Parts: sequence; structure tokens; C-alpha cells
Amino acid sequence: MDKIKKEKIVFTIIRIISFSSVVFLLTLLGFIFYKGFSVINWQFLTDIPRNGFTEGGIFPSIVGTVYLIIGTMIFAVPVGILAGIYLAEYAKENRFKNLLRVSINVLAGVPSIVFGLFGLAIFVKRMHLGVSIISGSLTLGILVLPTIIQATIEAIKSVPDTFREASYGVGATKWQTVYHISLKTAISGIFTGIIISIGRAAGEAAPILFTAATFYTRGLPTSIFDKVMALPYIIYGLITEGTFPDKQVPIAYGASVVLLIIVLLFSTVGIIIRLRVRRRKSW
Amino acid sequence: MVKVEVKDLKVWLGKNFVIKGINLEILENSVTSIIGPSGCGKSTFLRSINRMNDLISDANIEGEIMIDDKNIYDPDVNVFDLRRKVGMVFQKPNPFPKSIYENIAYGLKIHGTKDRNKIDEIVEKSLRDANLWDEVKDKLFENAFALSGGQQQRLCIARAIAIKPEVILMDEPASALDPIATNSLERLIVELRKNYTIVIVTHNIQQAARVSEYTAFLYLGELVEFNKTEKIFTMPKDKKTEEYVSGRFS
Repeated sequence: MDKIKKEKIVFTIIRIISFSSVVFLLTLLGFIFYKGFSVINWQFLTDIPRNGFTEGGIFPSIVGTVYLIIGTMIFAVPVGILAGIYLAEYAKENRFKNLLRVSINVLAGVPSIVFGLFGLAIFVKRMHLGVSIISGSLTLGILVLPTIIQATIEAIKSVPDTFREASYGVGATKWQTVYHISLKTAISGIFTGIIISIGRAAGEAAPILFTAATFYTRGLPTSIFDKVMALPYIIYGLITEGTFPDKQVPIAYGASVVLLIIVLLFSTVGIIIRLRVRRRKSW
Repeated sequence: MVKVEVKDLKVWLGKNFVIKGINLEILENSVTSIIGPSGCGKSTFLRSINRMNDLISDANIEGEIMIDDKNIYDPDVNVFDLRRKVGMVFQKPNPFPKSIYENIAYGLKIHGTKDRNKIDEIVEKSLRDANLWDEVKDKLFENAFALSGGQQQRLCIARAIAIKPEVILMDEPASALDPIATNSLERLIVELRKNYTIVIVTHNIQQAARVSEYTAFLYLGELVEFNKTEKIFTMPKDKKTEEYVSGRFS
């Protein structure tokens, strides 16, 4: 077989494989939308569940997911950014730093159900926070922390050292340089990491399973110590424990569509920001 | 009057003995060139004068550098005030990824100037002094990276002079510029020497001849010869200097 023929065959295979990934994605989206779109209407989005989740809407779960996102970010964003700054700008290259780096990488790979168990043991039980928004937020916060730290480190590392030199050259202190130059230059990269984390925190069911979520509550949560309904969890609950599957399964698909839209919305914003920054980046 | 007096300066970068005991006096309101082949320690020497070498974790420095009769390596010296007094222009133009205005206002702000009018005034004056005002006055709030290389380097000079330094260090400031931009930069340096003490590292021997009154020739970390520029070029005492300035160095 001659080279050109060989190349053609290989390229065809590669093309089919890459194309099939797109097919899978579209099939998945199509399937979920097909199954769930019929139940979505204004009432579905704004009403509370009625008659044991066979009627009404999923409004409290949307609110619950939003609360969990906000809580997660309040905890994870400052800690993640500060840890990233420390590792990128301050920590000296030594064993301790390597240990930190390895730990963060390992943490990023820990299954989310393990985070759920950890949250149950520490936040719910040990710290007596109960099954609550705050326990769930802290658990999700730890889950997304590695992502935010890594994004911060990457973004700060990509700031050229010549900027820092220029800043020191006019007499800036280390902190002034880190704050005004490194951080401000890196901010969009960090932001992208945060957006990705939001998508992750919104979609995970396992970490909130024992720490925050409940299948049904009356009305909306009134404090951070309340249990909360959340989209991933009601999907799980409706599918596994529903007693009226013919009415509840469509609601689960509807909730999946809403969750997908929320997550896609966030990642789209992330992608747009990244593209805009790449275009503006001039050094 | 002597502005900067270097006394037996020795610098190690890690295990490398880079500057091997240099003594040198730099006069106020003059331009002094540091020339020499690559790797002779020119940049390291220059960066000792505003303690930029402090940023390199394994740098070791011995000896004294007196500026206005005060050793800048004394423990009571505030290095950030020192760098305000001894400004620096780098080899590659390195404006901040901010607007032209912000590039100059940055130094003022970090040193505590808050008055907007005063900042406006200094921004304009610095840009005028750097011969850049006419080219940028209508786009002060555009990104500095939109400027050409030569303009960026003059912006960096404007940024350096905005905080009213007394000494300006220039590390091969024209090496990334085309001949026309180099020419306007050199004219600027000659103008600036009225008000500042300038030390310039250059690879370009003709440039040293054009802009400087004094020239120091460094070779392998040692000061081979230091004299008025015209003497260095017309009657060098050392054979190595003669070979270098005449381009016969190997």
C-alpha cells in the first residue's frame, strides 16, 4: 500500500472518530431536550412542586441550586485565589511546595461522592452544621477549590516576568506588584476557572446528597442552616424513588433540561470571556 | 560631582562569580556607557545599582555602592525608595498591559499620589520630556501595546521619569528597536542628561560614542578601562579596549 493511500485511510478513521464525539453530544442533548422539553413552561419554572411532585414546578430547586452556587463561590473563590497567588508568587520552590502541588492535583481527582462523605462527617456531624445550605456549600467549595487554585496559578504564571520587573523598577513592593500587575493581568484567566467551577458545583449530586439536599421542603429556604432542594438531587430522587413514574419521569427530564441550560450558560460565558481575552492579549 | 560611587563591587549569581571587584565613579548629570562583550557582567552590574539583583534568590553581593554618599546596601535602606530614586529602562520595551496614561500614573499611585490633577499634570510632563506627547496625546486611554516598539520604549522612559528619579539605568534600551526609533531614543538620552544621571549598557559601540560622556569597558566581570568616551575611543590605554572598540575583538 502506498503512503498516500495509507494516509487517507488513517485520516478517514480519525475523522469518523472525531465526528462521532459530536454525534454523541448532539444525541445526548437531543435526547434530554426531547424528553424534557414538553413539560417546560412558565409554571414549571416558577411554581412549587404539587401533589407529591407529580404536578406544579421546580422553582425551589432552581433557587436551591442558585443558593448552593453562591455559597460555594463565597467560600471557594477567595480561598482558591489566595492559595493560587501564594503558590504562584510567594511559595519558594521546595519540598513543601511540591507536596502542596501534588495534594491539589490529587484533590482534583478525588471522586465527588467521597467529598460528600467527608462533608457529612466534618461539616454536618462534627461541626454540627446539619444538613444545610452551608454544609453543602462548604463541601462543594472543597470540591471546586483545586480547579480555582489551578486556574489561578496557570493565569498568574502566564503573566510575563517583564511586567513584574517593570513594576519593581518603579519602586513597587511585592504585594503592589502582585495585586496591580499579576492579579489584574491574570484576572480573566482566573475568572474562566471560576465559571468552570460554577458549572461543576451546579451539576454535582453526590457532594450534596448527605450534606445539603432534600427531596421535598415546604417553600423556600429561609436561612443558610436550612435543607434545600437542588436540581441534580431532585432528578436523582424522581428517577429512583418516584412513586408515579409516568408523571415524575418527565419532570426529571424537564429538570435536567433546566440544569443543562444553567451549566451550558455558564460555560458559554466562560468560553466567550476566554476568546475575548485571547484576542485582546497583545504581549 | 560624583553621584554614584561603586566600591569594590563583587556579585555572585549562584556559583558564578560575575562581577569581580569593580570600582567606578559616575558623575551627576552625565551619561556613562557600560560596554563589553556578551556575558561580561554589564547587565548584572547595572542591576546592582538599583538592587534589582535582590530579586534573584541566589545572588550574593559584596562591596558598596554609594549614592549621594549613602551605601544603598546598608540594612536601613528602603529598597523601594531606592528604586524610586534610581529608575530603570529595560532591554525589551515592557509597558504594562494598561492604557498609556495608566502606565505612567502607576508609579505615582503606588507611591501615594492621589490628586488626579497632579497625576494628569505629571503624565503630560513626563510624556513631553520623553518626546512622546505629540504622538499619543489623543489616545492616552488606549492600550500601550498599540504603540510601536520605539514609542513603547519612550513610554517606558516616561514611566521612569514620572516618579522623579535622580539616576536612570538603561539596559540596552535600543536593542529591540529599528534604526529610526534608535535615533530618536538616542536624541532623547542626550536631552535627558541635563536633568538626570544616566547609566546605559549597550552592545552598540557607536551608540556609546554618540550618547555618552564617559565609557566603562567591562571584560569577564572586571573593569578594564574607564575614561571619557572620546579617550576610550581615540586613545584606549588597554589593548583589549582598543581591540573591542575597533571591532577586532575575538
